[in-house]
Amino acid sequence: MNIGVLALQGSVAEHLKMIKSVNKKINAVPVKTIDELASVDGLIIPGGESTTLRKLMDDFDLFTPVRERIVAGMPVWGTCAGLILLANRVEGELPYFSLLDAEVKRNAYGRQIDSFVTEGDFDGMYINMVFIRAPQITRVGDGVEVLAEYDGKPVAVRQGNILATAFHPEMTKDNRVHKYFIGMADSKE
Amino acid sequence: MAVKDESKAANRKLLNRNLAQMLKGGVIMDVTNAEQAQIAEQAGAVAVMALERVPADIRKDGGVARMSDPKMISEIQKAVSIPVMAKVRIGHFVEAQILEAIKIDYIDESEVLTPADDAYHIDKSKFETPFVCGARDLGEALRRIAEGASMIRTKGEAGTGNVVEAVKHMRKMRSQIAEAASLQSEQLAAYAKDIGAPLELVRYIAKNKSLPVVNFAAGGIATPADAALMMQLGADGVFVGSGIFKSQDPKRRAEAIVKAVAYYGDPAILAGVSYGLGEAMRGVDVEGMTDEQRMARRGW
Repeated sequence: MNIGVLALQGSVAEHLKMIKSVNKKINAVPVKTIDELASVDGLIIPGGESTTLRKLMDDFDLFTPVRERIVAGMPVWGTCAGLILLANRVEGELPYFSLLDAEVKRNAYGRQIDSFVTEGDFDGMYINMVFIRAPQITRVGDGVEVLAEYDGKPVAVRQGNILATAFHPEMTKDNRVHKYFIGMADSKE
Repeated sequence: MAVKDESKAANRKLLNRNLAQMLKGGVIMDVTNAEQAQIAEQAGAVAVMALERVPADIRKDGGVARMSDPKMISEIQKAVSIPVMAKVRIGHFVEAQILEAIKIDYIDESEVLTPADDAYHIDKSKFETPFVCGARDLGEALRRIAEGASMIRTKGEAGTGNVVEAVKHMRKMRSQIAEAASLQSEQLAAYAKDIGAPLELVRYIAKNKSLPVVNFAAGGIATPADAALMMQLGADGVFVGSGIFKSQDPKRRAEAIVKAVAYYGDPAILAGVSYGLGEAMRGVDVEGMTDEQRMARRGW
């Protein structure tokens, strides 16, 4: 199985390392081109700056191919910036892929000095959650399952083949959320 | 209580290093007003550095270069959603306190401004806000990290449009990391003494073959090719100072450098983004500069 990480900008190396740590037999593939996209069974959109990722995907014609793969059922996981790109409503701006029925607010917790670490339950697992200038999920649609909450607000959600987290599991030493995502790709095969 | 404070400080240190990790593969651009900040953001910058004069103008105008007016920084913070950084003078911890008070995302303790202390850098571990610092070699990088820097950049020679010093500093750092990694454990203490770095951090380098923080390139990057060169030499991302807004067509140049950093290993894309870009900043030769003219000599 090949799990890709969109490798235009951001926490790419951290995600690749985590994927390899789950199972050595899985290929962790940096995805920068349409050919590389075609080779993967699941795609992670990493943390980074969503404005940068958006601009680069537009300029290098990746928007349509990535969106089509997600619509066709490829498991996708957006962390932080990736969550913003997947949501169908983003406060004050146009949504990008517009595939996850959720409303998000960018930098909702504040600036870097307000970034924080907390702990909580993710689908029955107790994990560390690292929030860095994180977006907030302010509303989710009926078909969206909430997998983790912080302060009464969803911070990890799933809608079919789409997983999104406002926090960064790739910044911890715990690979269980990566395992969860690989499980999504596995059950699809 | 003490235990809790310690774990809080440890978390803060990680969070601050983590933000730099989020910026990897990106371009951080110097901007002097809200309008330039928006141009930078739309071009795909991962962060902006707010300052009153770009290094090329500081070099030209002379005089004392200080932290920017908080009013101007706040206007930039309001204009963009990407992180906003700003510079303080080496050793000027009160300027840093002011930037922390206005919730700047990253503080650059920078040799581009006139140093405020000729002996000591800021004790950055006292701050919650992360710091990025310049370095010419491994020893300097590790001294800054020991003081609490969460991110390193090569110094290069700011405001020259000449990449030669950035290349020199990046190569030096890489070869010293390789050297440290090749040593026997009993040789590390002597090596740490040689380069003036804490032994504990030298041990980290020997074991991990990389810095414990993200390392960007800075100082003299003016073209997409310069940016890709620094990436191929192992930089995690680039700072572009005067290179963008001192060029003929800043918007196009900014976009081109962003693309060059994302696809730094693809010559066809690099050729495409370099095509018909207009004039780069004029640039100056570094060779004939006196020590006083070299900003990289500031700091120790």
